[in-house]
Amino acid sequence: MASSPAEYVTHHLEHWASGKDEAFISTTAWHIDTLVVSLVLGIFFLTLFRMAAVRATSGVPGKLQNFVEILVDFVDGAVKDAFHGPRGFLAPLALTIFVWTFLWNCMDLIPVDLLPLTAKHLFGLEYFRVVPSADMSATFALSLTVFALIIVYSFKGKGAIGFAKEYLTHPFGKWMMPANVILNTVELLAKPMSLALRLFGNLYAGELIFILIALLPWWAQFIPGMGWAIFHILVVTLQAFIFMTLTIVYISMAYEHH
Amino acid sequence: MQASIPSIVGQMIVFGAFIWFTMKFVWPPITKAMEERRQKIADGLAAAEKGARALQDASAKSEEELKVARTQAQDILANANKQAAQIVEQAKVTAQEEGARIVAKAHEDVEREVAHAREELRKRVGELAVVGAAKILKREIDTKAHADVLNDLAARV
Repeated sequence: MASSPAEYVTHHLEHWASGKDEAFISTTAWHIDTLVVSLVLGIFFLTLFRMAAVRATSGVPGKLQNFVEILVDFVDGAVKDAFHGPRGFLAPLALTIFVWTFLWNCMDLIPVDLLPLTAKHLFGLEYFRVVPSADMSATFALSLTVFALIIVYSFKGKGAIGFAKEYLTHPFGKWMMPANVILNTVELLAKPMSLALRLFGNLYAGELIFILIALLPWWAQFIPGMGWAIFHILVVTLQAFIFMTLTIVYISMAYEHH
Repeated sequence: MQASIPSIVGQMIVFGAFIWFTMKFVWPPITKAMEERRQKIADGLAAAEKGARALQDASAKSEEELKVARTQAQDILANANKQAAQIVEQAKVTAQEEGARIVAKAHEDVEREVAHAREELRKRVGELAVVGAAKILKREIDTKAHADVLNDLAARV
């Protein structure tokens, strides 16, 4: 290791970006690594599931179909439990969120230096971050889409008048309108924030721990690395599941009258 | 650590496209196959239940049929036995009658033979007596004059 520990860590947290931009919220720099990795994972997910869908038979299912059906059934069950409207859009949305974020999170289990070094030696890329969910851009992209859907479903479920009425008079009644508005605005904005930051925080922290373990001498890496990886299998699945479930819950809350 | 607005927008577009793809091309075929299989299994179970019920019905019916057949067979057997006994009885009666008839006829025949033989014998004895008497009384006896005596004698023998 040529660089100092601090340099090693900061190097690992740098994006392969379209331009150099030091701002916390960049308006110009594309995070190309996040886009590429998430796109590849998403296409992998869709190809696999599309294959299963094309070959789907109502007779004895194959192994792939069985696996896909378990996921579909699980997601459909989760949506059915929380949401009592038409599931034609929401269930595929939940499936996409679950599998896609799960695959994002799984990238955390690949040894931290493997893909960056490969990218460096094959393509000459200086920086390469492999975990899309450890990038706020990716998690906020999901949560802002969900936020937009919350608004859409609020109007769909309650109508413009019903939504406005609830926004202005709930929970304290019509004489406390300003308090209601403040509370509801905070509540509404907290949803996408908490969704995105929860996923990002968990995976960013997980990635950071793996980077720190990689700083240990080689003979001391095995036990903490394995322990953290095993624990991370839980985190990976759980965070994907939580993101999906909360999406369903938020949308069903928006859709239904209180 | 940095959030990038262009990245967010790009990711959102990709995300939307993925949702659309899942909704159009992944979700419906799989759920359809699952629903069809569910229906198939339900149908199969219903058919199995129906089959079991039909089997039960058929076995009950065959049991009943068997019982009827058994009683019928018993009736037929009893009838046959009765008929056979009747036939034997009748044959016995017929045979007895026939025997009696034969015996009676034989008696009659014997009687007739005896009568016939007696008649013959009587005639012969008569003639013999006449011949004998004629021999003894060669000259003195006039056949015509003593015919009634001789006839009387012949009748007495």
